[in-house]
Amino acid sequence: MAESILAVQALRKSFGALAATDGVDLDLREGETHAIIGPNGAGKTTLIGQLAGNLRPDSGSIRFAGEDITHLSAPQRARRGFARSFQITSIYRDFTALDNVALAVQAHAGHSFRFWRAAREERALRDPARVVLEEVGLGARADVLAANLAHGEQRQLEVAMALATRPRLLLLDEPVAGMGLEESERMVQFLSGLKGRQTIILVEHDMDAVFTLADRISVLVYGRIIASGAPEEVRANAEVRRAYLGEEA
Amino acid sequence: MRARTLILAACVLLLLAVPPLATVFNQPYYIDLLRRVLIFGIAAVSLNLILGYGGLVSFGHAAYLGVGAYSVGILAFYGIHNGWLQWAVAIVASALVALLIGAISVRTRGIYFIMITLAFTQMLYYLGVSVEEFGGDDGMRLKVKSQFSGLVDLGDPVTYYYVVLALLLACMYLVHRLVNSRFGRVIRAAKSNEARTRAIGFSPYPYQLVAFVIAGAMCGLAGALLANHTAYITPAFMDWTRSGEIMFMVILGGMGSIPGPALGAFALLIVEDQLAGWTQHWQVIFGPLLVLSVLFFKRGLAGLLPGGGKDG
Repeated sequence: MAESILAVQALRKSFGALAATDGVDLDLREGETHAIIGPNGAGKTTLIGQLAGNLRPDSGSIRFAGEDITHLSAPQRARRGFARSFQITSIYRDFTALDNVALAVQAHAGHSFRFWRAAREERALRDPARVVLEEVGLGARADVLAANLAHGEQRQLEVAMALATRPRLLLLDEPVAGMGLEESERMVQFLSGLKGRQTIILVEHDMDAVFTLADRISVLVYGRIIASGAPEEVRANAEVRRAYLGEEA
Repeated sequence: MRARTLILAACVLLLLAVPPLATVFNQPYYIDLLRRVLIFGIAAVSLNLILGYGGLVSFGHAAYLGVGAYSVGILAFYGIHNGWLQWAVAIVASALVALLIGAISVRTRGIYFIMITLAFTQMLYYLGVSVEEFGGDDGMRLKVKSQFSGLVDLGDPVTYYYVVLALLLACMYLVHRLVNSRFGRVIRAAKSNEARTRAIGFSPYPYQLVAFVIAGAMCGLAGALLANHTAYITPAFMDWTRSGEIMFMVILGGMGSIPGPALGAFALLIVEDQLAGWTQHWQVIFGPLLVLSVLFFKRGLAGLLPGGGKDG
């Protein structure tokens, strides 16, 4: 069994009487695509917030690549190799696609207290950014303002920004949400190309995408993981069917 | 982009031509008026760095105008007239005050940031009012202007005008370099989308704080210039309405544009001057004019230039 890159133990987070995260354990192996699914209100957003460092858990611990990151901020986690996309597309709308990705490269190229040289002329930032844009299929759109990209392209751009930080772990929050069928298929195809090379946490409502991409699936219901395993096992799990899949199928 | 460069170059040429033209037409008043415009241009350019590019709505920028002016005034009060020293103290003192105010305020966002920057400036204002030794409410005269080892004589209005013009252009160039550097990309990114900026691994706070300090230092220089311009230093330099004026120059001229704030300072002060010469109740006309200009020039005056209202 491969070494686990992310180990979450007994994570708890309550808002008043509501236990949004109620003792979650999660173990991620290097290179796997691990999907987290669950009905609305299951606590997925709260869990992601804690993993990414935007929310502090009440108790429990998160270890990333052997280091306890429970109390690190989001930027600190990002610098250690934790990249994410947001459920609602989060990009720099008033920057070009290339500038968006170049900023992600810059964030991982040492400190930015450099006051004089024009950053847009720095090949050390531009060239890697261009490579990643090509990789996600936005090479021809590099100089377009992000706000003017199609919705699907914006989602691709967000993934490009995450990849440009050369992450050890990629957290994708509903990457195909709001996409047309064709766009969605293209994204799933692109993500399956990352499989094996990239460790991915995939939070997604689209079950086709989940069952195509995931090596393992954890099912979150009312803040607890009620099942975790290979897609076939989860699909066959009676509790999961009752709590979740049954409603949709 | 070429047309834009030509227009801006023409503006600089016109500014260079103001002293000879004013002399030819025997209107020395305009040298004085334009010099005031240029000094406030520096203040507005400095605010634009944090407001236009950094998204930090500081409602207390006049504080540094006051700190810079009082640095010159207090040193002169104790008989130190060396301009190099006075201006250096003005810049360093403003930077330190900005560091103190920024260290606390930059951690906050939105209305809290506005209120904290305003509150600090009000404290400095009342400090100026209460220290009787330096004239209190009435302020104090600057009997001797800053002396520059006999190199330049600020007592000569034309020389002083060109000094201020050179400093304004230097400040604009400095901000241009800053906002296009890696440092500038970070503060602009944090303005555009803070959550995304943190998620890719930047902690915006130290960058925003440094920008805040640079803006304060630059405005401190404007304060030192203003003290020499009016030869009089009063707490009114730090009045909250003054902060509002500087902010308005930036918004009117065009946030996030290099020439914008200077254009805004020009438009605001010239219109104010013309209306004041026409009627006592000029503010009645001035107010609606400001509202209309904001409604119709969404990207500011700089947005009317070919090439649009954004630089960098």
